[in-house]
Amino acid sequence: MTSYLPERFRKSPLVLTLGVAMIVVALVALPFVLSMAGTAWVRLTNFAILFVLLSLGLNIVVGFAGLLDLGYIAFFAVGAYVYALLASPHFGIHLPFWIILPIGAMVACLFGIMLGAPTLKLRGDYLAIVTLGFGEIIRIFMNNLSEPINLTNGPKGIATIDSIKLFTLDFGRTTRIGDFALNGQIKYYFFLLAVLVIVIIINLRLQNSRIGRAWEAIREDELAARSMGINTTNLKLLAFAMGASFGGIAGGVFASIQGFISPESFTLTESVMILAMVVLGGMGNVWGVVLGALLLSFVPEILRYTVEPAQHAIFGRQIIEADVLRMLLFGLAMVIMMLYRPAGLLPSAVRKRELARSTS
Amino acid sequence: MDVFLQQLINGLTLGCVYAVVALGYTMVYGIIQLINFAHGEVVMIGAMVAMSVILGLAGSGVPPLAIVLIAVLAAIPACMAVGYLVERVAYRPLRSAPRLAPLITAIGVSMILQHLALLIWGRNYIPFPQIIKTQSFALSNSETAATITNVQIAIMVLSVLMMAGLIALVYKTRIGIAMRAVSQRPDVAGLMGVSPNHVISFTFVVGAGLGAIAGVMIGSYYGIAHYQMGFLLGLKAFCAAVLGGIGNLGGAVLGGILIGLIEAFGAGYMGDLTNVCTLNKFLPGFSALCEANSNMAVFGSSYKDVFAFIVLILVLVFRPQGLLGERVSDRA
Repeated sequence: MTSYLPERFRKSPLVLTLGVAMIVVALVALPFVLSMAGTAWVRLTNFAILFVLLSLGLNIVVGFAGLLDLGYIAFFAVGAYVYALLASPHFGIHLPFWIILPIGAMVACLFGIMLGAPTLKLRGDYLAIVTLGFGEIIRIFMNNLSEPINLTNGPKGIATIDSIKLFTLDFGRTTRIGDFALNGQIKYYFFLLAVLVIVIIINLRLQNSRIGRAWEAIREDELAARSMGINTTNLKLLAFAMGASFGGIAGGVFASIQGFISPESFTLTESVMILAMVVLGGMGNVWGVVLGALLLSFVPEILRYTVEPAQHAIFGRQIIEADVLRMLLFGLAMVIMMLYRPAGLLPSAVRKRELARSTS
Repeated sequence: MDVFLQQLINGLTLGCVYAVVALGYTMVYGIIQLINFAHGEVVMIGAMVAMSVILGLAGSGVPPLAIVLIAVLAAIPACMAVGYLVERVAYRPLRSAPRLAPLITAIGVSMILQHLALLIWGRNYIPFPQIIKTQSFALSNSETAATITNVQIAIMVLSVLMMAGLIALVYKTRIGIAMRAVSQRPDVAGLMGVSPNHVISFTFVVGAGLGAIAGVMIGSYYGIAHYQMGFLLGLKAFCAAVLGGIGNLGGAVLGGILIGLIEAFGAGYMGDLTNVCTLNKFLPGFSALCEANSNMAVFGSSYKDVFAFIVLILVLVFRPQGLLGERVSDRA
């Protein structure tokens, strides 16, 4: 682990231990502090972590392998629907989460391969447009697969999805230990945090592995990579499938937190949001992506609480809704980052070198 | 036969619109190998501007045909300005950057344009003012005869004129020669006294102008305008451009018309073909569903938006260069 940290921490074990300990304490205390301000904030944090998970998944595809996926939300949707179908009264199936999440990841992975296989042999732009279409198609199917057999319940969505149960701990209810109350959102927070830590470790390990280096080579120069003996098609497919599986897992957790899903949660807007998070933070850099996702999750919420009242105070009426402003912000973030800081807020060293504009 | 003829007319109308939008994609792609994701949004802005002008002039006593003409003439420069600005601000600085960069700005620009339109025109579906009364002409004397409306005729005639005009522009004029030169080798074209930047800007402006007219056409055909109308339209038009062979003008026209026809016939016949009772004749297991509801289809016309996309995947698998395109080497 130490090799991923800045030099000065690596040299001094004491500072490192203290630093890690402080971060751990802060992360553990965070939901309790937040819940003093209201459970809504814990919920918000949970969704922010969910977006971090999604961004890390997309980062494998866009950041590591350099493939633009504009329909990433489709894999999230697949994961969510798999969870919803296998743990809700819709079919009367109630499987435990540790069976469903891997199934969801596998199904999403399968979809990723199905989509990637015909397109990955071609140029990157085709992939972008095919994934864009794929996201839309998945939504059309979710909306219409209510007949002849009611699979997805159409636009009405699937409700009363089971919450995650760990042994006797039901994440849907508040647990009381003496005077100490642990509500569902806080439990989900710790669950998500655990998943996040695992995913971050996988990502960091992946980046410096043989596969990670191969992806990097493909991203920088596919032709050269191929002539060095890298099986570019298979490796691109692998990146695509891996990104999809992470999306599937995040989707499953989303379905269980939310307890209700409908096709409306999986639009192009969401795909673009996740892409903006990856781009803002720094494509290819795990910590950058985490930062980008957290920023773009929280800033819009802060805007919601400041911009709308401010407009009422200044103009007496609302001119720009916070939601619209958020999307404008996402679009602007992508354009401005690409123009002025293409490697992101926290650029990865390789990516920075590579995105530096050449005049040739 | 009447149903067939009707779907043929609907498909051709839709196909003409797709073809005009596809021309915008294919021109830009041909010259700088960039998918201009924002093109669908330019079409949407064209429809919106025209709609606003028509609404503004509707009660003023100006003859309807003149109002429509003014609306189109307002939409074209508006879209051209948007097209020019997008190229200048978002694409030109990234021309020598890695491929991923302009694709990301393109999707960013598309989001910005969509939500700016949302700010101006609101979130709701807006009925496109039918200022010229729609008239239907029956094609035969039977009661179920296929009909063609004046709007459909106008769309088809206008599209053909525009396509012819564009092809004349590209193959018969000096600027057309310059465009083709830049698309082959920008640097060498520069040495021959052509300014690649001007030519590229010009290409965007022409594409956006075509998009504006396409926006007015699709708005008056469907009778509604919406800030997200450009997204699916753009996607389908792109599929059309790929089907015909991206970068190829004739290909875009052919692809657009084919996609329009596939969609119309798909929407018209898919429901009957996959009806549970029809399937019951060939496959066992559908009898219970057939008895429950004989009108039910496995894939109804609500899947019509899927066809263009399936065509895209099939083309990419079996003939990536498209119907009329030349084989291009992978430049990753």
